[in-house]
Amino acid sequence: MTWIVDLLAAQHPAVWLFLGVGAILVVATAIGRELARRAGDEPSPTIDNLNQRIAAWWVMVAVIGLAFLFGLGGVILLFAFASFGALREFVTLTPTRRGDHWALASVFFLGIPAQYWLVWDQWYGLYSIFLPVYGFLFLPVVAALRGDTTHFLRRVAFLQWGMMICIFFPSHVPALLTLDIPGYEGKGLLLIAFLVIVVQGSDVLQYVFGKLFGRRKLAPSLSPSKTWEGLVGGVATATLLGAALWWITPFSPLAAAGMALVICALGFFGGIVMSAIKRDRGVKDWGRMVRGHGGMLDRLDSVIFAAPVYFHLTRYWYSP
Amino acid sequence: MRPLVARATRRLIAGFARAVTGVSADWRGCRPEPRHRVYFANHASHGDFVLIWTVLPPELRRVTRPVAAAEIWDGPGIGGFIGRQVFRAVPIDRKGVDRLNAAMAAMSAALDEGASLILFPEGTRNTGDEPLLPLRSGLFHLAMAFPQIDFVPVWIDNISRVMPKGEFLPIPLLCSVTFGEPLAIDRAEERNAFLDRARDALLALKPEDRIA
Repeated sequence: MTWIVDLLAAQHPAVWLFLGVGAILVVATAIGRELARRAGDEPSPTIDNLNQRIAAWWVMVAVIGLAFLFGLGGVILLFAFASFGALREFVTLTPTRRGDHWALASVFFLGIPAQYWLVWDQWYGLYSIFLPVYGFLFLPVVAALRGDTTHFLRRVAFLQWGMMICIFFPSHVPALLTLDIPGYEGKGLLLIAFLVIVVQGSDVLQYVFGKLFGRRKLAPSLSPSKTWEGLVGGVATATLLGAALWWITPFSPLAAAGMALVICALGFFGGIVMSAIKRDRGVKDWGRMVRGHGGMLDRLDSVIFAAPVYFHLTRYWYSP
Repeated sequence: MRPLVARATRRLIAGFARAVTGVSADWRGCRPEPRHRVYFANHASHGDFVLIWTVLPPELRRVTRPVAAAEIWDGPGIGGFIGRQVFRAVPIDRKGVDRLNAAMAAMSAALDEGASLILFPEGTRNTGDEPLLPLRSGLFHLAMAFPQIDFVPVWIDNISRVMPKGEFLPIPLLCSVTFGEPLAIDRAEERNAFLDRARDALLALKPEDRIA
């Protein structure tokens, strides 16, 4: 147990963040239990799902905490596995043919390791273009060499989308650790914590505001549960949450609020774009990996859109 | 030593199947109860019985044996070891003169001993574009001989995309195993009527096609 004491003594802000998140989860768990108790013999699907979501959050926070203990390597491994799970869900729901086998194999077995190795190597000049340039060109070549032209453009486009959505964009989260920000050395994990807390906080707060006050549907054809009240309430409170967390970032309070607003907006757009893809593929959830939440992509959709923009804004303004 | 290796291999194979395919079970027409059953499924790859076996709860795994081709799973070498020791397969000779009677005798003996079976009534792997090959009559004869047993239709989805014919590298895609409602057995039913019903029960579990 001494390492916990050491960590507390070091007063690393990450420790306080995790204690804070833990406290919120304790409260959420208590509320969930109380709701279930009051529901009594009439089990409600919403309350069951809420409690499943909270239980899954405990696991996700524990996994992220474990990855943080191992620094860059841990975060890279975590997101490489997240990419693997996400890509598996994405490709499962997209139409492929036998002629796609080698293109598929290269995305899984070359694309994922290569991209995360380049991030590990901190080779910005290559990891920021490797998949969008070389991967983009390589995939149709491999597919064409197999000679099957049925729905060729459609099949290649699906795969290129999967590669960008499931590997390239999520890889920008561990890449945050490779930014050199003067006066912020050794605190890169907190940049990730800020992103994850704001983007997931925005999702959770939109859910809470939507359940409590939601009346006007926002985009019924995309996502029946999204409401204007949920969006405005969630984004506003998550932006305030981001501003309140300015002390863990290299940003000023105002800049932290701005960053949080950008993150929330992109997270929301990520959610509706990924919903549109799901509707197109005729499914409600991407998979069943995370109980109560659906699949890996259901939990990751907002991070996917927010991470690259947050990375580049931070890099442009704060890294010389 | 051997049982230990067999148990470790069993864990390893099930773990690998889960890691690659994230396989999930959908008990749509029955519960995962320890009842005396014959699970009959569509057959598209060598990984099929592994997937069914992986999603069964441990107490069902212990009593469930796959019915498998003798030339692969009862020969010398690694196939034989996996077939006999790891999965305790019921070997079926697909080449002999009296193969229907021999197969019936082997399956009946296993059922009489109290085992549940995993059976692929297409008789061979389906590598074509048809969702299901014509069912062989063995399923019918077995149902007539054991009308008190649950004959549970099982649809294995997506494994043919994980491992297309002629490829050696599996693509990790999500697979699912859907268990349907047990067939009602009427001993007066004609062979073809029964097999048609079994076929419809299987196809009813098949999810929407995702091949381009």
